[in-house]
Amino acid sequence: MNTPAKPQLIVIGNGMVGHHLVEQLVEQGATQRYAITVFGEERHLAYDRVHLSEYFSGRDADSLALSTREYYAEHGIELRLGEAVFAIDRDVGEVVTDQHRFPYDRLVLATGSTPFVPPIPGNDREGCLVYRTLEDLDAIRDAADSATTGVVVGGGLLGLEAAGALRGLNLDTAVVEFAPRLMPMQVDSEGGELLREKIEALGVQVLTGRATQEIIDGEASRHRMVFQDDKVLETDLIVFSAGIRPRDELARDCGLEIGERGGVVIDDSCLTSDPAILAVGEVALWQGSIFGLVAPGYQMAKAAASTLLASPGERPGEAFRGADMSTKLKLMGVDVGSIGDAHGDRTPGARQFRFLDPIKQQYRKLVVSSDGKRVVGAMLVGDNSVYDTLLQYYANRIELPEDPAALILPAGGDAAPTLGPDALPDTAMICSCHNVTKGDVCASIDGGAVDLGAVKGSTRASTGCGGCAALLKTLVDHELESRGVEVDKSICEHFHYTRQELYDIVRVEGIKTFSELIEKHGSPQTQGLGCDICKPAVASILASCFNEPITDAAHIPLQDTNDTFMANMQKNGTYSVVPRVPGGEITPDKLVVLGQVAQKYELYTKVTGGQRIDLFGARLEDLPAIWGELIDAGFETGHAYGKSLRTVKSCVGSTWCRYGVQDSVGMAIQLEHRYKGLRAPHKIKFGVSGCTRECAEAQSKDIGVIATENGWNLYVCGNGGMRPRHAELFATDLDDEQLYRIIDRFLMFYIRTADRLQRTSVWRENLEGGLDYLKEVILEDSLGINEELERQMQTVIDAYECEWAGAISDPEKLKRFRSFVNDARPDPDIIYTSERGQLRPA
Amino acid sequence: MNTATAAKTMTQTWQTLCTRADLVPFSGVAAWVETPEGPAQVALFYLPHDPSTSQLPGRTQELYAIDHHDPFSGANVIARGIVGDIQGQPVVASPIYKQHFRLEDGQCLEEESVALRTWKVCFKGDEVWIEA
Ligand code: SRM
Ligand SMILES: Cc1cc2nc3c(=O)[nH]c(=O)nc-3n(C[C@H](O)[C@H](O)[C@H](O)COP(=O)(O)OP(=O)(O)OC[C@H]3O[C@@H](n4cnc5c(N)ncnc54)[C@H](O)[C@@H]3O)c2cc1C
Ligand code: SF4
Ligand code: FES
Repeated sequence: MNTPAKPQLIVIGNGMVGHHLVEQLVEQGATQRYAITVFGEERHLAYDRVHLSEYFSGRDADSLALSTREYYAEHGIELRLGEAVFAIDRDVGEVVTDQHRFPYDRLVLATGSTPFVPPIPGNDREGCLVYRTLEDLDAIRDAADSATTGVVVGGGLLGLEAAGALRGLNLDTAVVEFAPRLMPMQVDSEGGELLREKIEALGVQVLTGRATQEIIDGEASRHRMVFQDDKVLETDLIVFSAGIRPRDELARDCGLEIGERGGVVIDDSCLTSDPAILAVGEVALWQGSIFGLVAPGYQMAKAAASTLLASPGERPGEAFRGADMSTKLKLMGVDVGSIGDAHGDRTPGARQFRFLDPIKQQYRKLVVSSDGKRVVGAMLVGDNSVYDTLLQYYANRIELPEDPAALILPAGGDAAPTLGPDALPDTAMICSCHNVTKGDVCASIDGGAVDLGAVKGSTRASTGCGGCAALLKTLVDHELESRGVEVDKSICEHFHYTRQELYDIVRVEGIKTFSELIEKHGSPQTQGLGCDICKPAVASILASCFNEPITDAAHIPLQDTNDTFMANMQKNGTYSVVPRVPGGEITPDKLVVLGQVAQKYELYTKVTGGQRIDLFGARLEDLPAIWGELIDAGFETGHAYGKSLRTVKSCVGSTWCRYGVQDSVGMAIQLEHRYKGLRAPHKIKFGVSGCTRECAEAQSKDIGVIATENGWNLYVCGNGGMRPRHAELFATDLDDEQLYRIIDRFLMFYIRTADRLQRTSVWRENLEGGLDYLKEVILEDSLGINEELERQMQTVIDAYECEWAGAISDPEKLKRFRSFVNDARPDPDIIYTSERGQLRPA
Repeated sequence: MNTATAAKTMTQTWQTLCTRADLVPFSGVAAWVETPEGPAQVALFYLPHDPSTSQLPGRTQELYAIDHHDPFSGANVIARGIVGDIQGQPVVASPIYKQHFRLEDGQCLEEESVALRTWKVCFKGDEVWIEA
């Protein structure tokens, strides 16, 4: 070699921040300047620790990896994984591993932190573990194999994350927290109490205010934990998650300045007390704080890269100036959000607004400055929907509206003023992981990014924790539209049309098959096969228009497996069987048949939330025989698999109930028969109640009918599920015939104009003109289409036939129900165990 | 070629699986196949050429054989997925969590590190033959 050797840069630690530093160095061209070597004690390349728990829900090490060995090789960076550094010799400028000594000119500590294990006698017993690395998770999984119970010591963020994982491994799980409440750092006692209720409702036992004295042999389980009050808890497995401690041992041993409670002291340039050495990530202590989140670590990495690239005497371009610790989390499905000074105890004169909804189990707290003008902090438990808005107010110091309380009150009369993308200043932080502001996003669009993907690619926004995805999408759509860019609303690459346009084409041209549609109107650049987006959408449109059996040969390849086999696929590849039980009314004879069929085919039986009975675990090849028996007994398919009418829930009504004013069961049965088999953009649910007490919960349904003295009140566009929405009153005191007419029109108008997979509630929220417009169209016929809508509905009703009855009488269709075409062997990988007297997937 | 793969290919043989009538046009069926490593479940997809359509530039293969096992859910269900094409490549979408697998070589489009096994298949008259 005749070029002078480049100075040596060594990075110790290949975790999230260490890797981000490498990326920053590559991006800023540091590979020209330094010969870089990275040491990682773990045998895995840097991986996404934030999503570590997904390792238990199906992701493997490869898919969590943040990069590849090729990336390192390509940029000439030497990566030494599975090789820990155990000393730094500052006198000669070398690091020492068990293999070698390596000289350095500059050194970066990115050693992260380790879980704190409280010094309790017995904490090193077998089956006492921690939760930080992939190896830790492997060890937990192994230990869980022979365990039935697990305890997490520590009820903070990571402790709850670990508890969720133990639950997921089917262990009876408890959390033991020393403080009087869960997540003491993020929530106050009211929020903590709510959080406890929610976590307990998930089947995790919560013990707060408990200090463990010792861990000894258990009697019923492997271990016994003895608390300070001499109470005990037995468990097979213990995971310690009582906080983190910076891995500052190397720095300590070589005499760098260390904080009183640990952490390598750094300045704004990420330099330690030795200017040749830098520290980033969770090992670093900046102005007395350790930052236990990934976003601040990334900001340090950026600052460190710029420090390493600055010429001697020059000031680095980027500095670390502290980071916001606001966080938004979903722990075991429970939302928790914390912004700024959430407790309100760091801001003199701060005033607090609090809102607690004990029914919906939501708690929101807003901390504002003494003059009431700015948000200084906020705390959310049970619902993070206002997090983004509050964070914008906080981070951008946006002046509060007249009545700040509106920000945390539930939407309703005076809905909370959400901050549209317009209201945000250019400096508004959109993605804190990658430090991307609204201005950066706009610049990226002005620089030629034409869609969300391109903006993500050029700014990296939303490629970290993903918490900003929704906000970024709204902003990008808004910015594109305001620049006159038409946002592509094509259903997929095969059709440059929206669902509504395709629906109109099908109707106007009378197109009856997918192949005809794609032949005439598909985009020519494709192979013309369609895909899993457009095929089911077109199948649904064809069914809504013509209602031909979905089992016909031309329609078979279009359907999702659920529609193909007219049953819902379960996670192990078996199916569930749900016969229709109109209005929830069922004769004892039919109940007996359901029981007999379930016994004969060994099906798990459960009463559903839709007032009918689900038989789970049917093998594909058994479906025709099961349905044969059900149809003989008078059952019909329940379309539990289709985007179609599901159930019409009823209450018992005037026939039996002392308050009932109409026969709600009778009406429910009428409605269910009328609309059964109707295919739509998404599923449709009805409810009919016999009086205003509303026992059928009709106001949470797409169509809700409530009896009055004079007839029926009709409610529309309600939703349970992920985003509950109350149905709105649409028409009052209708007689039976009026009720049918209006529902006919309403449903057909929805089918005609909604987007794919859009429930009536979401459709309604996106409908320009809102409820008034809908009333004009349906009740006043402002578009002059009502007659046509009614006619269309009648066609569908007349064409109804039970798909299952059709299938089992057709040998050609039955061939489809073989697990294997060349062998009658059942699938040997479907394995059951028994639980509470029934079978379930092993 | 290293010796391990050489040994494997040497014991691979062509065998009949089923007939054309067992297949479902533009969709999949599952079959058992004997491989040197033991019995395997294979998903067969049949995308017949239709001379009446103008939409099929360049696609030559009509028949594909790919693992029936879905690595993401652990269930044997791939034959029951929807077939289609994405950016010009024939694919199947897993019916459980909807990842796409390229029919030609089994590559998963969402996860670079995941690929399903594929086999050579062809028609001999109306019989379907596979090399396994
Ligand atoms: C079986 C059942 C749960 C139970 O044991 O009670 C159930 C089971 C499933 N529901 Fe449900 N839902 C069931 C009642 C409900 C209810 C309650 C109700 O209908 O009164 C709701 C809330 C009400 C609502 O829909 O507004 C409900 C809201 C959902 C949602 C969320 C919908 C939303 O708009 O947010 C989904 C997901 C989706 O459809 O995209 C879903 C999806 C599912 C799927 C299809 C998930 C899947 O794709 O595998 C489940 C199929 C199970 C199966 O294989 O049979 N299920 N689901 C209930 C069947 C009722 C029936 O007899 O047909
Ligand atoms: C389960 C879990 C969930 C989390 N969720 C979130 C979240 O939702 N949001 C969020 O912002 N943060 C979250 N975090 C925290 C986040 O993962 C950390 O902030 C981030 O990983 C810190 O990065 P780091 O590089 O400093 O440390 P690490 O990622 O821990 O990397 C340090 C690496 O250095 C190695 N190392 C240590 N000493 C040596 C040595 N002497 N020689 C060689 N190598 C060494 C270690 O083995 C390790 O691989 C979570 C953490 C966990 C464990
Ligand atoms: S809530 Fe519905 S979709 Fe979710 S697990 Fe239960 S049955 Fe399945
Ligand atoms: S905030 Fe984490 S990815 Fe944007």
